[in-house]
Amino acid sequence: MYRIRFHGRGGQGMKTAGRILGTAFFREGYEVQDAPRYGAERRGAPIFAFVRADKNPILERGIIRRPDLAVVADDTLAPVPAAGVLAGVDAHTLMLINTHEAAETWRQRLALPGRVLVLPASAEVEDRAALPQVGAACAGAAARLVGVIGRDALERAIRQELGHLGEAVLADNLAVALHAFDLMADEAGSLTERPPQIADAWQPPDWIEIPFEGADISAPAIHGALTSELMQTGLWRTLRPVIDRDRCNRCWWVCSTFCPDSAIRVDGEGNPHIDYDHCKGCLVCLAQCPPHAIRAVPEHSEQGGGA
Amino acid sequence: MNRVLITGNLAAAWGARLADIDYCPAFPITPQTEIIETLAAWIDKGEMPGRLVTLESEHAMVTAAGAAAATGVRVFSATSSQGLLYALEMLYTVAGWRAPFVLVNVSRGLSAPITLEPDHNDILAARDSGFLQIHCATCQEVLDSVLMAYRLGEDPAVRLPVLVNLDGFYLSFTREPVAIPDPAVVREFLPPFDPGTIRFRASAPESQAVAVLSGGPYSYFRYEMHLAARNGLAAYDRIAAELEARFGRAWPAVEAYRCEDAELLFVMMGSFATKAKAAVDSLRAAGWRIGLLRPRLLRPFPEAAFRRWMAGKRGAAVIDQNISLGSGGVLYTEVTAAIHGQPAMPLLTSFIGGLGGRDIPPEEFFEMARIARDAAERGQAPPPRLLYTADELRETRKLQVLAKVERARLSGGEQP
Repeated sequence: MYRIRFHGRGGQGMKTAGRILGTAFFREGYEVQDAPRYGAERRGAPIFAFVRADKNPILERGIIRRPDLAVVADDTLAPVPAAGVLAGVDAHTLMLINTHEAAETWRQRLALPGRVLVLPASAEVEDRAALPQVGAACAGAAARLVGVIGRDALERAIRQELGHLGEAVLADNLAVALHAFDLMADEAGSLTERPPQIADAWQPPDWIEIPFEGADISAPAIHGALTSELMQTGLWRTLRPVIDRDRCNRCWWVCSTFCPDSAIRVDGEGNPHIDYDHCKGCLVCLAQCPPHAIRAVPEHSEQGGGA
Repeated sequence: MNRVLITGNLAAAWGARLADIDYCPAFPITPQTEIIETLAAWIDKGEMPGRLVTLESEHAMVTAAGAAAATGVRVFSATSSQGLLYALEMLYTVAGWRAPFVLVNVSRGLSAPITLEPDHNDILAARDSGFLQIHCATCQEVLDSVLMAYRLGEDPAVRLPVLVNLDGFYLSFTREPVAIPDPAVVREFLPPFDPGTIRFRASAPESQAVAVLSGGPYSYFRYEMHLAARNGLAAYDRIAAELEARFGRAWPAVEAYRCEDAELLFVMMGSFATKAKAAVDSLRAAGWRIGLLRPRLLRPFPEAAFRRWMAGKRGAAVIDQNISLGSGGVLYTEVTAAIHGQPAMPLLTSFIGGLGGRDIPPEEFFEMARIARDAAERGQAPPPRLLYTADELRETRKLQVLAKVERARLSGGEQP
């Protein structure tokens, strides 16, 4: 059985990537299971999709614990624990990263035990949540790495999954996916299946007895104010609002009032300050600021490179 | 027959479409919404006939479904979790009207705390409502079960509404190959609804939901529902045999996977049961004689099939993806009652796992098989076991720290 995970951000087309690959496998005569898994169901938040394919009916379900291939559409996610990119990645796992950096750099940076391949990132865009056709590129590359999917099956799968979006969108995605497919020619078949699991020995689960605890502890109540401060939603941001101090007229209230996450604080002099640990990058402030004193900067460039 | 990759939600919608439904009262809820969105789009584009109406709540939706069914038309609806429970009063009520329709439930754990992920406490809350229940493990089964459910509920010896259950996410949002049968063949299997005496016509008043103020008539009406539900057992077997003959797919009331020569059994329902099948294959590859029993029909409960398959087995691990708070696993209780007092029955061990969509990895199935085998050898069952690891408790502790539980502990005066 082939087990493949796609990691990206909401909006980057990971569900579509899974569907394209699933349909391509299906067209090649495989039994298939594909599904997306959303956490926060929000543009920019980490999500993943998975595909299983086998010649026999598939009995496994749910998340893929030990992938044969993990595709990372957005390299800024690779080091983010909440994205789970590295979960279950072992020496058998092939990693494919969409990045401007070298495979060896990522192998060392993430201490990856298996092979790492690079999908050369296409032209950089401002909003990482809308990387153009990155989902199609990932699906195309993955299809070639599997080695059992033909160019024709990939093309038909893309037509089937994206045909409803119109000829222009379809043509763009086809070009990108087939280019990625061709780029991986030397690595065709690099992805291999694990042998079927035989239950002759296994690590016993670390089961415990949950102790009784009083309702003051065990009721699902939140006893403190502002606990959401500890949830750093800033990592969802793909565009960062930056305040131009020269243009800000210190109105003291517009941006901070309209911010849906209360992530803008105004100090005693009327200067607004953005809390980047919690700003999700919705850019409502940018749209509301009367003197246009807020601009949007790509998050990945602000973080000093990445890809 | 057209084999396509579709989600469990699409499969449910296809079931309704192929059943030629007349009416679908609807209310959205995650993870069910895709079903009614799909039906709405098809009806809007004229790809299927029928009327879809959005109601203001699930309570109203099930009332509308029951009322429409009582006029003699074919009705479909779908909900999930909190929605099913919001409609619970009307589930009992419309079942008592003895007008058949099909309600799909996309399983999702119940609040509090609220979740989106699946377990079976929602559907089991409707266990005693008079709705018959079919539980699915694959997307194909969802489509076929909707068709079977109409045959079952509309059988003159039954005439009760039917719930078809699929697990949220694991089926609802997961694509699998599904054979969509030819509408002409479906019509042979499921002809247009013949409502018989179910009617509501101008100048011919009928009254539902009458009151009876003593136990005698009340017991009569309720027990008649019980007898009708029991008639569902024979009707189900007949319908399943016919479906197999027409479509080549067997959906017995209790699926038995590699059970013939088995000494040990897993007993499980829903989509996680396919994981148990994978574990059976892995264990058999290592020399174990083990199989899986999976009830598809939960109401009426197919005791006879359980007795037949369990006779002569040594042990069985019953895995419940639900918890009756203060008792334990519901399926464990049901199976125990079914085999109690019968000769040569296996020793049952009870496990609870998969609550709120919690995964059950292969190693846990292997360990449950080992525990069931050791218990059978000793002749004594261990206490029920919740599948829960030290790591999971550590993760929960982190959430409790976020929730400032330690502050509550301090204010409780445990520490100075």
